[in-house]
Amino acid sequence: MASDTILASLGPVEIAMREKLVTLLQPTKLIITNESQLHRHHAAMRSQGGGNGETHFAVQVISDAFKGKNTVQRHRLIYSALSEEFSQGLHALSLNTKTSEEAQRYQAEK
Amino acid sequence: MFQSALRTSLSLHRSTVSSCLRSQTFRRFLSQESRTKIQAAVTEYPVVLFMKGNPEQPMCGFSRGVVKILSAFDIPPEKFKTYNVLEDLELRTGIKEFSEWPTIPQLYVNGEFVGGSDIALSMFQSGELESLLEQHGVIPKASES
Repeated sequence: MASDTILASLGPVEIAMREKLVTLLQPTKLIITNESQLHRHHAAMRSQGGGNGETHFAVQVISDAFKGKNTVQRHRLIYSALSEEFSQGLHALSLNTKTSEEAQRYQAEK
Repeated sequence: MFQSALRTSLSLHRSTVSSCLRSQTFRRFLSQESRTKIQAAVTEYPVVLFMKGNPEQPMCGFSRGVVKILSAFDIPPEKFKTYNVLEDLELRTGIKEFSEWPTIPQLYVNGEFVGGSDIALSMFQSGELESLLEQHGVIPKASES
């Protein structure tokens, strides 16, 4: 499995997210990008002192566990796996979910 | 003597605080009253958006994004309602349980949950959102306008 995250300075939330999503989805590709720094000045984050540096992530995942599921179902699947993280400071996730077939089609169309 | 008494009271306080935090990780039961109120809210208008801030002054980039997307369709004001979850803590937590969705914004069309900002954006780009709004009579079909 291609693991594209830079290993330096991975926080506990990101590590937990990766572990849970790999177990749940057996993805062929999983890219997690920490975007918390982009949001640290926003009102909600300012009131938390800038947040803990693990508040906003973008997750790109290719997995055939998504077959037959519409986008809401795919997102719900991911959200329910990460409910603990959401209750502990994870604030937002941008999700890009594809099956391997959809990913190939997307590449071909580019 | 006072020092040890202080230490005891501090440790008691710590254990109370940590058990409060633990109980918050269990899903809070959404009261029937709140559920009924939210159910009424999502069906009262054809398009309902739960957001941070309001369309004139969104308080979050993701909420602003959905407002911008919807504004492309010229939805008549009588068919569109927004709720500012920042003004109503009960709504902010209630809508997340109601929709089984942990984040804001949340878009409803015809009483059905459509999605958050990622979904709204991809449906907008694919034309699906326009079709959905036309299908439910929110906007006229392209050939009619």
